[in-house]
Amino acid sequence: MSFATDAERDDVITTPLAVGLDRARVEPSVAEVADYIALMKPRVMQLSVFTALVGMLVAPGHLHPVIGVSALVCIAVGAGAAGSLNMWWDADIDGVMARTSKRPIPAGRVTPGEALAFGLTLSVGAVAVLGLVAGWLAAGLLAFTIFFYAVVYSMVLKRSTSQNIVIGGAAGAVPPMIGWAAATGSLSIEPVLLFLIVFFWTPPHFWALSLWRSDDYARANIPMLPVVAGPAETKRQIFAHAVLLAPTGVSPWLIGASGPIYGLTALVAGAMMVSLAWRLLRARDEKIADKTAKKLFGFSLSYLFVLFAVLLVDHWVWPSLAPHLASVLASSWHTVVGVFA
Amino acid sequence: MSGHPIDRQAGGVILTPEQLRRRRARSVAIALALAALVVMFYAVTIVKLGPGVLSRPL
Repeated sequence: MSFATDAERDDVITTPLAVGLDRARVEPSVAEVADYIALMKPRVMQLSVFTALVGMLVAPGHLHPVIGVSALVCIAVGAGAAGSLNMWWDADIDGVMARTSKRPIPAGRVTPGEALAFGLTLSVGAVAVLGLVAGWLAAGLLAFTIFFYAVVYSMVLKRSTSQNIVIGGAAGAVPPMIGWAAATGSLSIEPVLLFLIVFFWTPPHFWALSLWRSDDYARANIPMLPVVAGPAETKRQIFAHAVLLAPTGVSPWLIGASGPIYGLTALVAGAMMVSLAWRLLRARDEKIADKTAKKLFGFSLSYLFVLFAVLLVDHWVWPSLAPHLASVLASSWHTVVGVFA
Repeated sequence: MSGHPIDRQAGGVILTPEQLRRRRARSVAIALALAALVVMFYAVTIVKLGPGVLSRPL
């Protein structure tokens, strides 16, 4: 009797994921604490927490700091849970993409089962605690976000349509609404506008990244727009979304939900975003296009951070600054009129 | 397949020093997370129900 070795058998899968699955059956865990933190996608989590914080602080009414911090912890954990579930589902494609091949599951440090259990436990815990701490509207929105990201985006959209990040972007846009709902127990037009800002921001941001990473996505068979429609169409779509984003960014000021500090900042930042998208659209040389796409990707990160940060500053500073500014302007006017009278 | 040593008398796997270190680090992280949850639940309870929750008749 003879046994074929793994190397001789062609039905043996030797991808890192398969090795991870094999290890799960026979070996103790080799995961570091840092691997579990990486499963939670801390950089994505930062964006969710920051936008949720702004949504919470610009909302009317008073929220006790302990409740606010606890709600933010739940939102952070919920976002991390969604990230973990996404990594569990996408482990096969993460393993073949250069950008994601070092993630804990494809690298074989965390098994898929461990990531799934981690993600599900955190999801249930975060939603339940947020419901008890800050109300069930906020908790319901958090549950919807986790479901949308892990199931609708990761399992359905990501591998089936080039509009994956357009529709899937809704998941990342909900946190300001969760923050608002945690503070007020309700929703109104203001948090919906914050949602729309992040929603229209997502496609140009990720398509700019995918323009110079398209080989990676093609290798993993992910139908990102540059892979299925080409760079020219992607640049057109980036420009179209930047044109939608710019007025949406200004809209909180237009409806009177913020002051002129925010309004002017959003106007200038929106114009810069459209200008960069236009330069990318006009770039014919591949190297220049790649360089402009990287610049747009970097600027889009600053754009969102600046808009939300200034919204917060405006919310706190403008109400106290406006009366002083008005009296200074009035006295200057009287002085000018006095000189010429 | 794994070449991991198995202690058949004790009926378990013998961990390497590195695996022991990592398990300890994970255990410490879980302990810290649980402690943080205890503090958070305590603080939220006091804020939502007031300090009177501590002096109610049992």
